[in-house]
Order: sequence, then C-alpha cells, then structure tokens
Amino acid sequence: MATRETYQLQINGEQHSVRATPDTPLLWVLRDMVGLTGTKFGCGIAQCGACTVHVDNEVRRSCVTPVGSIGSKPITTIEGVSQTEVGRFVQDQWLKTDVVQCGYCQSGQILAALALVKSKADITDADIDTHLSGNVCRCGTYPRIRAAIHSISQGLKGKTA
Amino acid sequence: MKQAHISRRGFLKVASAAGLVIGFDFPARAAQTQSAAFTPNAFLKIDDKGVVTLQLPKSEMGQGTYTAIVMMVAEELEVSPKDIVVEIPDASGKKFAPVSQSTGGSDAVRTTWEPMRTAGAVARSMLIDAAAQDWKVDASTLHAEDGKVIHDASGKSAAYGSLVGAAAKLKAPEKVNLKDPSKFKIIGKPTLRLDAAGKVNGSTVYGIDVRFDGLKIASLAQSPVIGGKVKDLNEAAALKIEGVVKVVNLGDAVAVVADDMWTAKQGLAALNVTWDEGENAKLSQADIVNQLLAAGEKEGAVAGETGKVADVMGKPGAKIISATYQQPFLAHAPMEPSNCTAHVTADRCEIWVGTQDPGETRARAAAGSGLPPASVTVHNYLVGGGFGRRLEGDMAERAAQISKAAGMPVKVVWSREEDIQHDLYRPYYYDKISAAVDESGKPVAWSHRIVGSSIMARLYPKGFKGVDEDAVDGAVSTPYDIPNTRVEYVRQDSPVITSWWRGVGPLRSIFVVESFIDELAAAAKIDPVAYRLSLIKDARAKAVLQKAAEMSDWGNPVQGLHRGIALLNAWDTYLAEVVELELKNGTPIVKRVVAVVDCGQVVNPSGVEAQLMGGVIFGLTAGLFSEITINNGRVQQSNFHDYRMIRMDNCPKIETYIMPSNEKPGGMGEPPCAGLMPALANAMFAATGRRIRKLPVLSSVTT
Repeated sequence: MATRETYQLQINGEQHSVRATPDTPLLWVLRDMVGLTGTKFGCGIAQCGACTVHVDNEVRRSCVTPVGSIGSKPITTIEGVSQTEVGRFVQDQWLKTDVVQCGYCQSGQILAALALVKSKADITDADIDTHLSGNVCRCGTYPRIRAAIHSISQGLKGKTA
Repeated sequence: MKQAHISRRGFLKVASAAGLVIGFDFPARAAQTQSAAFTPNAFLKIDDKGVVTLQLPKSEMGQGTYTAIVMMVAEELEVSPKDIVVEIPDASGKKFAPVSQSTGGSDAVRTTWEPMRTAGAVARSMLIDAAAQDWKVDASTLHAEDGKVIHDASGKSAAYGSLVGAAAKLKAPEKVNLKDPSKFKIIGKPTLRLDAAGKVNGSTVYGIDVRFDGLKIASLAQSPVIGGKVKDLNEAAALKIEGVVKVVNLGDAVAVVADDMWTAKQGLAALNVTWDEGENAKLSQADIVNQLLAAGEKEGAVAGETGKVADVMGKPGAKIISATYQQPFLAHAPMEPSNCTAHVTADRCEIWVGTQDPGETRARAAAGSGLPPASVTVHNYLVGGGFGRRLEGDMAERAAQISKAAGMPVKVVWSREEDIQHDLYRPYYYDKISAAVDESGKPVAWSHRIVGSSIMARLYPKGFKGVDEDAVDGAVSTPYDIPNTRVEYVRQDSPVITSWWRGVGPLRSIFVVESFIDELAAAAKIDPVAYRLSLIKDARAKAVLQKAAEMSDWGNPVQGLHRGIALLNAWDTYLAEVVELELKNGTPIVKRVVAVVDCGQVVNPSGVEAQLMGGVIFGLTAGLFSEITINNGRVQQSNFHDYRMIRMDNCPKIETYIMPSNEKPGGMGEPPCAGLMPALANAMFAATGRRIRKLPVLSSVTT
C-alpha cells in the first residue's frame, strides 16, 4: 500500500506543502488538500477536460496526473490565470463573448484556450478543433468558445504575450 | 400600460433600520387570488446605502435565469442590472409562492415574468411616494431613474438609499403600473451574464466545492445491479488506509468516508464489496423493450380525442400509413457529477447542494435523516448543469443517510461511473402511430399510442388516472390541423427508474410527430415544408417554419448536403430547426443547423441565443450518440468514452434567429433540444431514403 509523502508544490506562484500518496491525482490534491476548488472533477479518466491545469506551462488533465510526478514544476490553475496579461485578456474576452452557461467546464476550457493562444499566432478553426476537443461542455458553449478564441488571437496580434 | 393588481392581504412590508424590505405575493393565476394565506414569492431589499438585494427564487444551472430575472426587476425598479446583488435563498417551502422554487419545464422566465416585474414596480412606486411626501409634491410630478427619484420640474433628486426609511413606513400601493414594452430599456437588450465573473476565475462555488472545517469526503458505490444488496465487504482493509475515517454500509450501497476523495476511492476499492444481485440479475434490454412492444398491442387510456378516428380509418379503401418509433433510455451527465454535502445531528439536518428543487431536496433529506422536514435546512448553489437530473432529491437522501451513519459532516461525491450508472433515466418510449390520408395525401385521421414508464405515476401516484400528462404533451396538441385524432397512453414500467430529462414529454412526442409528418409528406410526394404549411393555421407556427426554410435556403438543394426540418409549439414557444448534413461512409456529419424561435417577448436575446445553440448541441449529442442500455441488470455505459458527447470538432455551425414579439414570454430551456432530433432524423431520410425510427441515429445506421 502506498504511503503518504510530503510534496512541495509550486501552485500559481506560491509554495504549498501537502502529504499524499504519490499516486494521488493532482486534481484531488488541489481540491481537497490545497483548497483550490476552481479545478473541477468531471470524469476521472481524462475524457472531459474539466480538470485541466498547466504543469510547466503545458496542458495536463489533473485527474490522471499523479502528484508524485510533478516535482518542482510550476502548476497554474484557473485561480492563477489572472496573474498574466494574456491570462486576463483570455478571461476578458470570455466575458465579452458571453461564453459561459453553467460554467462548470469553463476552468478547463480557459486553460486549454490559454495554452493554445500562447503557443501560436493566427489561430485557425482547425487549431481550435485540435486543442479544445478534449474539453466537454454539456451546455453547448462551443460556438462562443470558438468565437472567443478567434477574438483573443486577433487581439493578441502586436502584443507581446 | 399594464396594471398589476396586488392583494392587500398578500402584501408584506417590513420596516427596519436596515432599510426597506418588501415581500410580494402576486398570484400567477386569477384562480389563486382568493388565497388568504400570506405567502410572499420573492424578497427585494434596498438598504440605506441604496444597495438592492434580490433573493433569486429560481435555480441558475446555466440557462441564464439569474440574469433574466435581475433584468426584469431592474427594468421596473429603474436601476442597472449590475447594481442588483443576488442571493440564492435556502429552501423556503411556500415562501415564494405562487412562484415555485423548483426549476424545470422551461418555466423560469414564464412564471416570474409578472411577479418579478411587479416586485420592481412596487418598490419603485413606494420610493417615489416617499419622495413626494418629503418634498410635498404630487407623486405624478416625479419619476425614477438610475437609482434615484427625480422631480421633473426642478431636477431635484434623491438616491433610493436616502428614501428607504420613509418608504418603509408607507402603505403598499394597491396597484402598480408595469411598463409598456415600447418603454423597455433593459428587457429585450442583449445583456452579458451577471454570474460570469466567478465562472472564468474559478471563484464560483458549486455544491461540489463546499468546504468547511471538519468536513469529510465520501465515495459511494451503489449496487451495480438494479435492486441488489450488499453481500459482503472487507471493512478492516479499508480502515487500514491512512485517511480513511469510516465505512458506511447502507444495505443497497456502501460509502467510505475519508479526508479526501482519492483516499475515499482507495478505501472503496479495498472493501472489495460483493453483491447479492437479487431478482434483476438477468434483466436485459431486450426484456424491457419486448415488454413495451407487447404493451403497445393493448388499447391505452385516452389522452385526447377529436372527431371519429375509428370510423374514418375503418372506411373501405381508406389509405392508411403507419410507423413505430423507439427512443432510448438517456442519462443526464451534467458536467458537475452528482454530489451532496450533509451534516446530520440528533435534531438537525443541514444540506449543501446545487439543486433544481430545494423543496424536494428537503423532503428527501428528511427521509434520509429520519428528521421532520422542518428540521432540515437546504443551502442551494449555482448548479453545474441540471437538465432535469437535479429535480430529484436522491443525492440528499444518500448524503443524509451517510452523514447520520458516520456521525459527522460528509460531502458525498459520485464518481462519473456512479453518476451515469445510477441516474434516473429518461424513459424508453415505444410509439405506434398511423394516419388515414385523403387523395391529396393529407391526414384526415391520426391515431397515436404512446407506451413507456410513467414519471408522473411514480412521483404523483394519487393523481395518476391512466394518462401520463407529461408523456403525451406535444402529441395531443400538435401544430397541425387534422379533423380526427386519438392519442392513447399505455403505462409500462420496468425496474429502471425514470425521470425528467431536458425536453420532458414534448421531447419524445415531437420526435414522433415530426418524424411521422415527414413520412406523410414523403408518401404524398410533397416537399416537407410545403406539406407542413398546408396543415397549419397558426400564424406564428407558419412564420418560424418559413423563416427557417428561408435561412437554410431550403428551396435550393446543394449536391452532397441533405436537409431535414422540424417544427414545434410547446412551452409557449414556437420553433423550427433545419439540420444539414453530409454522409461519410454512411455516417452523418452534421455541418449546419438553423434554429428559428418565436418565444414571445425576449428578456435577454444573448441568453436566448445561448439556449438555442446549447439546446441544438444537447439534442445533437442525444440524437446521434446517446443510449443507456441494460445487460444482466446493469447499466452498460459508464463514462464519456462510452456515453459520447458532441465536442468542439464535431459541433456544427449554428445559425439562429429570434422573431421579434411582444407576446408573453415562452420557455427556452427545452424547445431547441426537442426540435433537433426529428430534424436530424428527417435529414437522414433525405440523405439515405431510409427512415430513422429508432434513436440514436448512429445505432440505427450501424445495425
């Protein structure tokens, strides 16, 4: 049986110490131990993207990311998105496009979109299909998510993200 | 100008140091005006700083009610929607009557349209009266604007906050004037959602996010076979795990209570539960369907009848066209999995949950805790998707049982597998329908028999008289003018418990009616739009159909693209949808959907557009992919890999149009979902020449 160990996690620029077994998914560390509940549980098997976070600036499904695999890599959750200018811009466009409905999947959608808009300029519909199809929205906000990402991509032109 | 009459007995006004607190009792129907009981339906508070606080009487589950209701109040109160603070009230019994705290059936805007505007108008009127007294002028020389009362002649003004003390001492007005729609400044204007900020920064607290000191977390396993019981479990193995606090055996379910969800799940696995599978151990999908088919041979209870169907159909030489349709069990799968937090003590039960029905939640928490409902407090939250699932109180009953047994506050979180395999499903329906057509191919008689498990009979057994009024909704009354009709209902339950699902009765009925009308059009060799138009008298129904045809370029076929159309009039709303698809190796790829709605007076066009798009996608998921099936007494699907969803890459282009109207508001949560499935099936017929008489489409085309 796995025994608990102590981990020093870098989350949204702050250090958090937690005791967990190495196989504990980051999702439950964030939600139940650190108390950052903006990262959502949706499926537990990396099929819906509700739990999406960034680890070392890359998209990760936290429900299948063992805490023991993270080490000192920085973690960004939805609560940390507003710490960067591009993050705030994504959030602003999300609001201006009136994207959200129930909102439960939107933390994951925003982190998936943020990684995409940081990765390249001139985002196409095909890019959005590729990078956002792992994030299920049951309310059906996909058309507005698509519109928001295009407006972000346009808006970021000329800005140094 | 419209006047709302207020019963003096039904009006509450409480003066307090904090400001003006007003409760309202505005009957939804004339028949209820005799009610002597004081039952306010919503609380509006304005404090001495001018802060307006609204107790939201309906649940916000994504459908935009939070924003629409605030807009209605703000319109009449003459404040900005952004300046109204919204509080989500606890379960309140009849406090909000005649507005029910239950949110379903696309009724939130419809049932609050009069009461919430009147709420704002009464407050405005009293604030104006307070200023009139203070300034010793006639109230008619004053008007309210932007949170202030203004004297028209002098321009003198007073902020609401400065008037609340005096206003609270006034008698309530006997009647108030509601604005003429031509004067609306807020209603009808696209308004960004007021609950969005917390949803883009992670700060919104859903029921599943509730945390407080001492709260433990439980993972749940209910019998995998419907009706099974726990046979054996290894409690000691679970308790050995660091962080596991308790094991609770409820007989038909077990829960492990722990410090965190992961530990609880490890504990549940360590229990190695075995089950006594009981009488449903061999239950199969075929058993259930065969029972429905057999029940369809019986005459049903008559739900609606006009003219003489039997005579017309029995005429020698009558041309009869018949079809049968099957629609599967469906799970809801909201993104927020089922969950509930409960703290049961010797004399209190406290519940924290996002629910569509706080009252039902309280009743079931009472059952689970063994305490009277009056000892139960239900705190409601923004809901991470409802779709009917959260009209049920089973989550609260389970959580109360577990908290009581564990002797501590517990948040019970369903795994996605538990959520899908222990849902209360949309019933499996079997419909038999036939029509006698005249020489032009028009229906002169229409006979429709609906077979399925009855949700109404399960929930309201005393009121059930043989017809499930929900299941026949949308079948008894259709947009079509047919002289002889008969609609029957046959109740055929199975061990699978069934409940409300986005679109409820009309969803199932409209799929059948719109598929069959399309079949009749094809048999008559008449264009589906022209055929429908020839049978419709209602101008609003005609208008949405024609607009959808126009927007989809219906009259100009495109090589390789296939279109299907559907029309509905339900929930006081008219809607037409066109699905356009192409076939790739026989599999449909939906490219475009046109959705045209006439939902009467629109409160928030941005919200209506969101519901149109969302309903189309929800309906497309169900129509293409969704079915829950049973084998050996177990639900076979378990998570999003085998209960598929439309995703970004297969989401079609959706074009919407909202008809301008000042008719009373219609519902918007369900119509777009209900119209989609028949439009999809009809497009499949256009593509293949083969009817889809069994949903979902992908199962039909691959078997």
